[in-house]
Amino acid sequence: MDSIAVLLKIDGERVAGALQEVREKLDGAQGEIVLDFSSVRRVDPHALRALEDLAGSADGKAVKVVLRGVNVDIYKVLKLAQLASRFSFLT
Amino acid sequence: MTDNASPLSEERIAYLEGLVRQARTAAAVFTQCTQEDVDRIVKPMVLAGLEQAQNLARLAIEETKLGVLEDKVIKNMVATEFVYNYVKDKRTVGTIREFPESGLVEVAEPIGVIFSLTPITNPTSTVLFKCIMAIKTRNAVIFSPHPSAWRCCSEAVRIMYETAVKHGAPEGVFTCLESHSLQDNDYLMHHKDVRLIDATGGPGAVKAAYSSGKPALGVGSGNTPVYLEKTADLNMAVVDIIISKTFDNGTICASEQTVVIDDEIYDSVLKKFADLGAHICNEKETELLARTVIDPNTGFMQPMAVGQKATTIARFVGLSVKPKTKLLIAPIQGVGRAYPLSVEKLFPVLAVYRAKSVDEALKVCLDVNHAGGLGHTAVIFSRNDEIIQKFSEVINAGRIIVNSPGSIGALGAVYNDLVPTFSFGCGTGGGNSTTDNVNIYHYLNIKRLARRRQAHMWFRVPNQIYFNMNAVENLRQFPSRSTIIITSPFLEQIGHVDIVRRNLPPQTPVHVMVIPDAEPEVKVVMHGVETLNFYKADQIIALGGGSVIDAAKIMKLKYESPQADLEELAAPFLDLRKRVVQYPTEKTNRAQLIAISTTSGTGSEVTPFAVLMDKERGRKVTLADYSLSPDVAIVDPQFVMSMPKGLTADTGIDCLTHALEAGVSSYASPYTDSNAMQAIRLVFKYLPIAYEHPHDEEARSMMHNAACIAALAFSNASVGVNHALAHAFGARFGVAHGRANALMLPHVIAYNAAVPTKFMPSPYQQAYVAHKKYATIADLLGLGGHTIEEKVQNLVAATEQLLDRLAIPRSIADLGISKEEFERAIPDLAKIAFDDPSWRSNPRMPLVNELVELFWSAYRGRGVTKVASTSQQQTSQLQTV
Repeated sequence: MDSIAVLLKIDGERVAGALQEVREKLDGAQGEIVLDFSSVRRVDPHALRALEDLAGSADGKAVKVVLRGVNVDIYKVLKLAQLASRFSFLT
Repeated sequence: MTDNASPLSEERIAYLEGLVRQARTAAAVFTQCTQEDVDRIVKPMVLAGLEQAQNLARLAIEETKLGVLEDKVIKNMVATEFVYNYVKDKRTVGTIREFPESGLVEVAEPIGVIFSLTPITNPTSTVLFKCIMAIKTRNAVIFSPHPSAWRCCSEAVRIMYETAVKHGAPEGVFTCLESHSLQDNDYLMHHKDVRLIDATGGPGAVKAAYSSGKPALGVGSGNTPVYLEKTADLNMAVVDIIISKTFDNGTICASEQTVVIDDEIYDSVLKKFADLGAHICNEKETELLARTVIDPNTGFMQPMAVGQKATTIARFVGLSVKPKTKLLIAPIQGVGRAYPLSVEKLFPVLAVYRAKSVDEALKVCLDVNHAGGLGHTAVIFSRNDEIIQKFSEVINAGRIIVNSPGSIGALGAVYNDLVPTFSFGCGTGGGNSTTDNVNIYHYLNIKRLARRRQAHMWFRVPNQIYFNMNAVENLRQFPSRSTIIITSPFLEQIGHVDIVRRNLPPQTPVHVMVIPDAEPEVKVVMHGVETLNFYKADQIIALGGGSVIDAAKIMKLKYESPQADLEELAAPFLDLRKRVVQYPTEKTNRAQLIAISTTSGTGSEVTPFAVLMDKERGRKVTLADYSLSPDVAIVDPQFVMSMPKGLTADTGIDCLTHALEAGVSSYASPYTDSNAMQAIRLVFKYLPIAYEHPHDEEARSMMHNAACIAALAFSNASVGVNHALAHAFGARFGVAHGRANALMLPHVIAYNAAVPTKFMPSPYQQAYVAHKKYATIADLLGLGGHTIEEKVQNLVAATEQLLDRLAIPRSIADLGISKEEFERAIPDLAKIAFDDPSWRSNPRMPLVNELVELFWSAYRGRGVTKVASTSQQQTSQLQTV
């Protein structure tokens, strides 16, 4: 993945799997990646772990991960799980 | 359990961090669940617990070697079924309670990660209970069971966890330490992501929890006193005590420890115990028992005895008892270290004490209570409600169980309606934060959504107001058996009293009381009350200015309610409706107060205020209460036609100040506004005429009305900072009240119209509106101007022109007060003005340095006042912030 800004829609039914795929595409990537969460109603612990892993990978690759369309309930989950500071958010 | 002395290894820390991270993630995810989601999870957990109740009880017995299998099964069932029955319909997500009448809504917020210690005595039941509470409240729990109950507890956690996750709980919601050391507990208790410690266990664990600096629920140790009073149903009492003390071999910390028995029934009670399977120890056996089951060094029970059967303990001690003995009963003669069996004994050994009186019984129970059982549980068997009440007042226990078994009674929901629990809060007596039976609400942060209420306001005025020329004729409609006219020497001299007399119904017995024309002193008031009593007055007519009418108000108060303490009634208050001191409503005498004003300024004929001079203490006392308001006001201009010019000006400006301050008051309402605005209009139109043409009947009449109408406004909206300044300045320099008001007035208008340095909190106003209200007044007066600032400036200018026309001095300096003298007075003036309650309804909260500046503005004088641009001030304010 060489593009500077990429928009990826996250499937609300398989968030953890989708995030895992994103993480695999990070190798060699640069710039910014925007993940569209607008169809994600809830996240489970697997999804949180996948987000944490994704943040870790992105940190090591100078890629900025932006979450778009995150609902306030999920935003609160990210705050409580201390993950919110590791992402940028777009409304 | 690992070695407690060695520090935690890196691997161990990583393990513990992993547990916390997992729980934190689960708790975060759990916040997304709805009430329906959690209720859907709780029910199958409860069913799983019920299904496994016997299995878990068996595991607990095998592992801990404590208690009774059958009773542990019951405990597991109570911890699931009874707790479910309590929580099933409770809301624990989102809005949990609403109070429409107060506009309050309670909203639940989960705690997050809870670190939970569980005990050896009630191991699996406590785990089941806590798991259900945690799921119901959307929390994650890390369990640290007692090391000697780890296997049964971890199995209980496993059953609850698997069932919960299967039905939608987040993975990681419960974890159980695989093994633990005190260092593990300490690490987790201090972990930043652990939000609450719920410690059900021994004193050490509880103390560690509270010492961690974290919010903690810790239960204290018990030492339950029981008072078996002579009116009790003895058969019931004896059975209940046996049920309780033998339940799970006495392992519940709420179980009975020492029974204090009235002398009259003592022998009978002991016989009943013996008949039902208790062994009554003789003196030697008691001593032997004490020496064996209580550690002589610590004074606490020996662990080896905890949860053992009575026969096992007897065998161990070397007592010869019947094979089916349920309970060992040991008579003691006192409480404390000299009587070892008076402490907590979590096994079926019960101390008994023979009390010669109720007083002695209560004292011994109190001794037991203070010997390690503060805040925990106490029991009384009695049919005497007074003694039960006294027991509850004397004993410090979170649960006082009446006529039922202590242990099962304290658990709740079986013998009473206490909340079912397996954690007993012991209050501060037990070093705890609560006396409650710990329940779901202790696992929640309860947020309170408090909506702004529309504050209730009021508009209270006298019943009847008669106005215009010859309104005094209305006195004819008030028959009386004894009327007292209170007036001043001058008014009597110029014939005003005769006018009043002529207008009273024929044959009315009248007595005239002449009092000095000055603020009334206490001795004047008390003399007046004597007169009212002597003539048995049923009607008081106050004819005069503010001082006379104020005196009459206070005389009426003391006449009707002799018990009224004037000093107490003058106590300061912030809100009339919330004041600490209430005016008396019980009345010994009754008299109607008719006020006829002879000046056009104070409006005392309709106000609920009265000023009293306390010469002995050298101070003025202001009384304020609507019960002081006259019943009837007569506003008849014939009594003011002869007012001198100076008095006309001063009282007229007093009236204008009342109206302007009421108009912008933080207590202003549409009701007071209408009066304030009308009074302002009348003053600007008629005061100059009344001043320049004293015999102009229309001008006098309208000014007399204006004073009354302004008083109706400020009686309900109060006044403001102008009065606070004038009170301080007038008293210091002996300047008449109206004149002192006049010197401050233009400066106060400009001050109040500017954006406040400090806003005044007021539930009665939606926003800061003083500047707009001044602008509205300017419009009403036709003063012109396009912007609010221009209009306020025009109002200030018009006020200054009015003051000039009335020949009011232009400045404090013009009064002949030197700058040096004024400078010396300023600190006191500012302090006194700030202490004055008048400004509490001002639209702008005055800072002390602002009061100083206002005094200096008044010293320099009018004609230089500039209204600050509200927009500029706003900008400045924002930049400062």
